[in-house]
Amino acid sequence: MLTGALIVALSFAYVGLLFAIAYYGDKRADAGRSIIANPYIYTLSLAVYCTSWTFYGSVGRAATSGIGFLPIYLGPTLMAALWWYVLLKLIRISKAHRITSIADFIASRYGKSHLLGGLVTIIAVLGIVPYIALQLKAISVSFSTMLQYPSTVATAPTASLPILQDNTFYIAMLLAAFTILFGTRHLDATERHEGLVAAIAFESVVKLVAFIAVGVFVTWGMFDGFADIFEKAIAKPELSALLLQGGAAGNYTTWASLTVLSMLAIILLPRQFQVAVVENVNERHLNKAIWLFPLYLFAINIFVLPIALGGLMHFPAGTVDADTFVLTLPMVEQKTWLALLAFVGGLSAATGMVIVETIALSTMVCNDLVMPILLRWRFLGLTERRDLSGLLLGIRRSAIVVVLVLGYGYFHLAGEAYALVSIGLISFTAVAQFAPAMIGGLYWKGGTRLGALCGLSAGFLIWLYSLLLPSFAKSGWLPITFLTEGILGIDLLKPQQLFGLSGLDDISHCLFWSMLANVGGYVGMSLWRKPTAAEHSQANLFVDVFRHVAPGSGSRFWRGSATVADLQLLLGRFIGPERANESFAAYARSQGISGVEQITANAVLVHYVESQIAGTIGSASARDMVASVVVEEPLALDEVMAIIDEASQALAYSRQLEQKSRELEAATNELRGANQRLQELDRLKDDFISTVTHELRTPLTSIRAFSEILSDNPQLDQGQRRKFLGIITRESERLTRLINQVLDLAKIESGAADWHPSEVDMREVLDDAVAALSQIYKERQIDLDLQLPAQLPLVMADRDRITQVVLNLLSNAANFCDKPRSQVGIALTQEPGALRVDITDNGIGISADDQAVIFEKFRQVSDTPAGKPRGSGLGLAISRQIIHHFGGRLWVESAPGLGSRFSFTLPLPQGGIVLPELAA
Amino acid sequence: MTGPPLKGQRLVALCLCGCLLFNFPLLSLFTGSESVWGIPLVYFYVFSAWAVIIALMALIIERKDS
Repeated sequence: MLTGALIVALSFAYVGLLFAIAYYGDKRADAGRSIIANPYIYTLSLAVYCTSWTFYGSVGRAATSGIGFLPIYLGPTLMAALWWYVLLKLIRISKAHRITSIADFIASRYGKSHLLGGLVTIIAVLGIVPYIALQLKAISVSFSTMLQYPSTVATAPTASLPILQDNTFYIAMLLAAFTILFGTRHLDATERHEGLVAAIAFESVVKLVAFIAVGVFVTWGMFDGFADIFEKAIAKPELSALLLQGGAAGNYTTWASLTVLSMLAIILLPRQFQVAVVENVNERHLNKAIWLFPLYLFAINIFVLPIALGGLMHFPAGTVDADTFVLTLPMVEQKTWLALLAFVGGLSAATGMVIVETIALSTMVCNDLVMPILLRWRFLGLTERRDLSGLLLGIRRSAIVVVLVLGYGYFHLAGEAYALVSIGLISFTAVAQFAPAMIGGLYWKGGTRLGALCGLSAGFLIWLYSLLLPSFAKSGWLPITFLTEGILGIDLLKPQQLFGLSGLDDISHCLFWSMLANVGGYVGMSLWRKPTAAEHSQANLFVDVFRHVAPGSGSRFWRGSATVADLQLLLGRFIGPERANESFAAYARSQGISGVEQITANAVLVHYVESQIAGTIGSASARDMVASVVVEEPLALDEVMAIIDEASQALAYSRQLEQKSRELEAATNELRGANQRLQELDRLKDDFISTVTHELRTPLTSIRAFSEILSDNPQLDQGQRRKFLGIITRESERLTRLINQVLDLAKIESGAADWHPSEVDMREVLDDAVAALSQIYKERQIDLDLQLPAQLPLVMADRDRITQVVLNLLSNAANFCDKPRSQVGIALTQEPGALRVDITDNGIGISADDQAVIFEKFRQVSDTPAGKPRGSGLGLAISRQIIHHFGGRLWVESAPGLGSRFSFTLPLPQGGIVLPELAA
Repeated sequence: MTGPPLKGQRLVALCLCGCLLFNFPLLSLFTGSESVWGIPLVYFYVFSAWAVIIALMALIIERKDS
């Protein structure tokens, strides 16, 4: 026999242990050595999803619907796979904007709207308080069951007792104390509670161990393994139906809606948001949680069916509530310690949920319901109070007590009523109403405040009408005709067959209509009107959170003026002057400024202060508060759009700009080069013209001078006359030659020259040239030495042009051989791929400077002994052009006083023809 | 969470796959009266599929991609 005192003592000792763990966790956190900063603790804290509804209720549900209890755990498993995107984004956004609850998230997303925050809070409280009551009821029922030990006869729950004699009331108050102590120790912009999370993780271990212990005992202690239980159950006709048809699994619509509901609940339940997002230490922990959390769910569900079947087979039908099998099976087998373990497991499942849910709700109530109202009531003078942190903590603490008292009150009133039994799924359906505004707000920039308000209200009203009120009616609090005949007797408005829709269970029915109205309202109204500037900027910050990585990126959307002192005072009012000091110092460090006094009041600072305050009083109120101390110039929608466009296009633009400037630079360089070439050509042309005219003038001058002499002096004697006429003729010839050469060069350079390429035997060319000049050489007494090879291939060239080159070179050589015993040598040799002609003289030679220029037009070796040039100055230029035209090279090697050697090559055609030996 | 985006896509595919496995009509294929090792087929199926999905999730997350 267990005494009541022992059980009470055990319960209180257990909660005491939680205090100790939480205290230790907080101490460690203060010391900077967190015990919760790892993915395993994070996963265990997520397991707050498994409440007493799981611990006791799953077995009860399995006992009536077979496999129908599973979708509640399959949904979260499937959702966990999407956490990679969805939850990560939620965490990222919440950290960036200091969002501490779902209400705050939705309010902030749609332009920091008080109205939305308030509405979400009301829905959450209405939907969740009965859920808390359900946990208290579970504690109460387990309490009274244990008190009967070892008898398992069902008794009245303690709700029928006067409050002061009800142990559940004291447990509830103890939980309130715990939550206040560890949930509102101080105000912090991040609202993280390390000790509390540590305690929750511990509770998750306890409930898992307890449940598996009972499961193992039932499966192998009372029966002979899984197969044994199932075979014995199938043998019983009343159980075989449950097993073989899959129970409620036969109704696939229910199955699917429960899956969807639980998928949404796992991120939208306030307690899940609290542990998964707000209490998240490091977003990397999410990785492991993605598969560890489903594994936890799997583990806690393996033994649900064996326990349910074991209970059904062990107890005569109807004598024991299936919800208590986890307790009563060990009890009836007289396993005292196992029963106590199961009791503690159930207690931990219930208390964990109550603690986290209460803290999440109290944050919402304080930040999104009470504070906005209080701050609006100017007669309270709150906006002038110097330090509001005490008041805020007071509101939080009161909210915790109020939520728990509401929960207890609901439990006390509803007791065994239907309204409490079915509340788990009703709560799930309530929080599912947040889905369109939340998920839509994460991925769709077009969602607006009006859309969210309409969607939420419509979904909430349908939920109220088709799910919550009917549960009241079934409990007898409303006339049952409300259910059977509809409101005012209108058939189409029957709450659970709305507009005549029948054939669905009440949850699927409500889910369908409420989601239809919710999504419809959200999308429809969002598209109805253009978003305002505030909505647009928030939408961008949320949806593109992965692009706005820098903290304080929200400050792009702000313009105005403020003073640092005002802002610090403001922050001090909400989180206390000391913490405000610390916070400003941290800000200064983050901005790379030496001290607080160096801070300038810019948009970044204002945004920083706003987000710090948002952590404690919610984003909408924080905005109002900051607006009270800064002079803000509102941005018009088109300005916000411009900023967004600017930001998103800046990168693309800068890349394009870079590309363009590179191209421009290249083009500029090209142009500069072309310009230089043009200038050079221009200069050359000028030079050419002046040189040509100069060269033309010299013979013209002498022709004119001698013509004038002849004309003015008719008495000149015949000899003189002939001499002058001879000069005029020679100068005219020279003039003609010069003009011909200029024309020739111009033709070659412009590409208009006539070329007549044919197979040329260079030996013949050289022989002809030597023959043509032999007379001049003889006259000047120059030895000419011609060396030709016995055989060599033909080249492709214009015979006359090549002859012109050779003649030019030979006459040059003759011109520069002034001394006696002059010698000129001509050598023809074959090189790989080319023929080479060398014309060597032992004349005066050419200096290195002159060598560089003699191939240019009109450039002659200036210091000829004769003092005046002897050629037109175009010969070598033309020769080089000709040789280049046929792919060869013309160059000179020389030293002053040692003679010169002019050489040129002509390429051989491939597979050139070899001529037979010439006759000597 | 700076892993390759492939991980996220694999997880989404796995989620869709799970949605199919745990719903009509695939689920209805397993509601016969047969049993596997004494366990009714539908329970065996749901729990095995569940376990496989969790194992795949672990594989996707923990695998070190090159």
